[in-house]
Amino acid sequence: MVIGLEHYLALAAVLFTIGVFGIFLNRKNMIVILMSIELMLLAVNINFVAFSVFIGDLAGQVFTMFILTVAAAEAAIGLAILVTFFRNKGSIAVEDISDLRG
Amino acid sequence: MIIEALAFYALAGILTLSGLMVITVKNPVHSVLFLILGFFNAAGLFVLLGAEFIAMILVIVYVGAVAVLFLFVVMMLDINFNDLRKGAMQYVPIGLIIGAVLLTELVLVYKAWQFAPQIAENMASPVANYAGLTNTEALGHILYTDYVYPFQIAGLILFVAMIGAIVLTHRTRPGVRKQSVASQQARKASDVLEIKKVETGAGA
Repeated sequence: MVIGLEHYLALAAVLFTIGVFGIFLNRKNMIVILMSIELMLLAVNINFVAFSVFIGDLAGQVFTMFILTVAAAEAAIGLAILVTFFRNKGSIAVEDISDLRG
Repeated sequence: MIIEALAFYALAGILTLSGLMVITVKNPVHSVLFLILGFFNAAGLFVLLGAEFIAMILVIVYVGAVAVLFLFVVMMLDINFNDLRKGAMQYVPIGLIIGAVLLTELVLVYKAWQFAPQIAENMASPVANYAGLTNTEALGHILYTDYVYPFQIAGLILFVAMIGAIVLTHRTRPGVRKQSVASQQARKASDVLEIKKVETGAGA
């Protein structure tokens, strides 16, 4: 019953797949899509930390911190765009977000 | 060892289940709450791995900042979420296919993968160099030496994100009465005070 690297990799793979599936399942709701992206980033972080611990190299954990930074920035900017879009259009459905197409 | 295995399976199971709930529940507020539960369980897994600092950062940054941000946005926006779910089921088959393909690919990669033989020589910052230090101390040692420039850039990214979020969401609404400190300070006695000379006995 030794928990090895494979266990963590399998968990991260399942979590990443859930994130990808969530984007398809909630194709219209932009908030849940952003949450799915957070789930995928969490899966990547689990991979990084698991590799870092099982190889014995701290660089992976430093990299995880940078991923956390970018994830936080992405969530803040994404939600700010969402709020601005909702004020202008009164909707957050993904198919309404087509202004840039001209 | 058995305790560790049990803890792993419990944390991983709840993490997977809450991940599934995040994408399937109808109410986005519940979605966010399940996301928070998932983050807590991921932090538990990191503690189990011996990466305590990352675990605490995960709780502070993800649960304390990102998830609360999501919660605020979900609760503040007046959205009819039922309309957003209409017709969602038609994309389930393609989503399942793509998810299955992705999972198969990941499993195949993990099956075929193994550590390179020269991995010991290629380590950037081996844990062995920091024997006797806690995880947080060891991370501090390399974060402020080897990775000081990426660390500064990370701060810059957060700064830009903060400015961007403020610029995007800030608005000046017309007709709002607010205190204007500048105009209060610029007010002079001569602008508002007029001294009238009244003749003695003429004041009614």
